[in-house]
Amino acid sequence: MQCEQCGTREAVVHLTQIAEDQVTVVHLCEKCAADRGFDTGVAASQTPLGGFLATLSSLGELGPSEADTERCPVCGAGFDDFRKTGRLGCAACYTTFSGPLRELMRRLHGAVAHAGERYRSAPSAAGEAPAALPDPVEKLQVQLREAIAAEDFELAARLRDALRGPRD
Amino acid sequence: MIDLRLIPDGGPGWLDASGPENHLVLCTRIRLARNLDGLPFGTRNSPDERERLLDDVLRAAERTSGLAGATTWRLDRLDLSDRHLLHERHLVSSELAGLDPSRPVVSGAACLWQGGVGVMVNEEDHLRLQGFRSGLDLDAVYRATDLLDDELGQRLPFAFHPEFGYLTTCPTNVGTGLRASVLIHLPALVLTKEIAKVLQGLAQVGLTFRGWYGEGSEVVGNFFQLSNQTTLGKSERDLLDHLGMMVRQVIAYEEQARQVLMREAPAVVEDKVWRAYGLLRYARTLSFDETMNLLSGVRLGVGLGLIEPVGLYALNKLLIYSQPAHLAALEGVPLDDPGLAVRRARYVRSVLDAEADRHRGGPSARMEGNG
Repeated sequence: MQCEQCGTREAVVHLTQIAEDQVTVVHLCEKCAADRGFDTGVAASQTPLGGFLATLSSLGELGPSEADTERCPVCGAGFDDFRKTGRLGCAACYTTFSGPLRELMRRLHGAVAHAGERYRSAPSAAGEAPAALPDPVEKLQVQLREAIAAEDFELAARLRDALRGPRD
Repeated sequence: MIDLRLIPDGGPGWLDASGPENHLVLCTRIRLARNLDGLPFGTRNSPDERERLLDDVLRAAERTSGLAGATTWRLDRLDLSDRHLLHERHLVSSELAGLDPSRPVVSGAACLWQGGVGVMVNEEDHLRLQGFRSGLDLDAVYRATDLLDDELGQRLPFAFHPEFGYLTTCPTNVGTGLRASVLIHLPALVLTKEIAKVLQGLAQVGLTFRGWYGEGSEVVGNFFQLSNQTTLGKSERDLLDHLGMMVRQVIAYEEQARQVLMREAPAVVEDKVWRAYGLLRYARTLSFDETMNLLSGVRLGVGLGLIEPVGLYALNKLLIYSQPAHLAALEGVPLDDPGLAVRRARYVRSVLDAEADRHRGGPSARMEGNG
């Protein structure tokens, strides 16, 4: 999305304005927002993208210089590519650039370690169903009990089907 | 052109106004970003790799309980109006639909949908699993989406890092990959000019807001999408509990603001909602934005018990079918039809007339309003 004022730079600040009982959102680039006297740091933090880009630009000062020349051995992306686009090239980039990314994640999320569900199963290389795992069935049974307790019968039926195993 | 019957009113499960807090909350949505190990992310993969990914996902989906027999749309094979239609239904992102002319739809872009859950394929991330429910129901949406995640994850090798969690193209989504959103109507907070404070408060506790169509979109009709901003460092349960708690707080603020309005300026509020109803009922041309704003006034009137002859389901239906691509499909005209504003006004009148007739006590809502 382009800045509504200059029409050239990417809009990273999304300002909510209220006038005549109507809410409007004005999309501005960081420079035009600053020209209008808005504190871009605060405004940018209202959107993940705005906050992300602000953090990313500040990372230029902090990222280890060797990261700029290092390239991901799997996809070939460099950290400079990430700086430009905000997008990584492949899963291996997280390992290749783990140093500066850890710092970025600390700033973005206030944490660097995953605390959610852990992925436990993957298919074999041939793409076939994986070997039986102890957890999924137990988890499905718990989910089924919860769905029934919540009277979510549509989901309960699907959980029951899932517990019965693959259809083919 | 996509047959609208393929995406019936109940499709996204958010029109029927049956969910908790449905007087304020239109729907709850959860999406989980997932990528496959050993395949470049969406920013760097080739057309062949995207095609193979789609084949793998379709094969895996057929073996799940949630998406076996799902409707599948290949965005790269749909014309622009159909892609707009799916976007207006909130089934696909603007990016996947290629609505920005500078970023056209990519080959292999697809969307699968069935019974309130689905998956976008070849978006920024390889997979974006999603679930919808009417009203505020984070737990139910998460249960359904989590089940789909488990089933697909047993058949596709998701990229997972022991320290960082689920790996995503953009580090703003890494960890849980979870973005939970609640689409909520907050007209009284806007009218009392309290909304900016509320939104700033939400930003301070790690939540964010977006417009009607999600990230980067405008707020229209006083609908705000409230969602978690961070995805790493907290469990899915903690993220959902926190969002749910804050949304309930926002609901309380909105209800307080409504009480203030009715205490301080009841005649002004009543006039505002009936003017909105009157315009919708009798206008001969209506733009989409004007329709959304007027519907907001009527919805507020229904919530306050000021307007009886229209139900929430009809209002939800009007929200969806007043959108350009839906209206064009409904009327069988092109998206750039110059008479769309006239057609919109006629459509809105017909729905409100039918609602007034359905309402017991008299054929004319205006008479009841005056009584």
